Amino acid sequence: MISCKDAVARLWMYLDRHLGRVQEQELEEHLGVCRHCCGELEFARQIRALLSRSSSSAALPPHTRTRLEELLKGLGEKP
Amino acid sequence: MAVTEAPSAAQTDFEQSVRPHLDYLYGLAVRLCGNPTAAEDLVQDALVRAFRAFGGLRNRQHPRLWLTRVLTSAFYDRVRAGPDGPPARSLDEEFDLFDTIVQEDPFPYSDRVHLDFLDLFDDARVIEVFQGLIPRHRVALILAYVYRFTAAEIAEIAGRPVGTVLAWLHRGRKQMERGLWEYAVSHRLLTGGTNRP
Repeated sequence: MISCKDAVARLWMYLDRHLGRVQEQELEEHLGVCRHCCGELEFARQIRALLSRSSSSAALPPHTRTRLEELLKGLGEKP
Repeated sequence: MAVTEAPSAAQTDFEQSVRPHLDYLYGLAVRLCGNPTAAEDLVQDALVRAFRAFGGLRNRQHPRLWLTRVLTSAFYDRVRAGPDGPPARSLDEEFDLFDTIVQEDPFPYSDRVHLDFLDLFDDARVIEVFQGLIPRHRVALILAYVYRFTAAEIAEIAGRPVGTVLAWLHRGRKQMERGLWEYAVSHRLLTGGTNRP
């Protein structure tokens, strides 16, 4: 059985489906008996959800859009 | 004749390829740079570079991918770093946010301490924490978990092997976990239920 440290190190790779079959099976076997690492897995999911949340701070403001579209139009006019 | 004033076919192609991605490019730039002024500047820089490169571009089928390559390359130039910058702090490897929250118990009356901790972070704070990551980890983490690029796509964008990208993502995640904790501590967000924002 792999250690908690090894299991935790694999969690994001597991969620990304980047683990090989053997590594995945070892992790799932560990998760089947370890409540702590199941908590870590759930927390990893929550952090990923936090990162992927859409952001109003990162929305393109109308005046910036106008400037960028003007730049786009202007690019072809320069020799 | 007004031949010189009419947009060339290449210019029209370029505009049509890029316009649908302006929102994306700006969002990515804000997350990378941390503020609107620097983000707009970066996007402008990327658009100029992309236009210059557009003529020689063989594969125009995936504009989002090559625009991302151009923008991240402009970003690296700006922060005077590259995908091969100095190594991250070795301490990051030891830090585990899940266990730290359990040990420090910042919300003694809560039965969902981990969610309570993450609830402290609105989108602006998440962007601030991104700024603490070293550039190549920041780029990889944002591309993978905000914009859902695969590791193979990030490897193509960065011109590095997939294994290298997986290592960046691993280190980036550890840095992010530490960054979230340090942000909460330094901004005094963990003083108990009554003082939480």
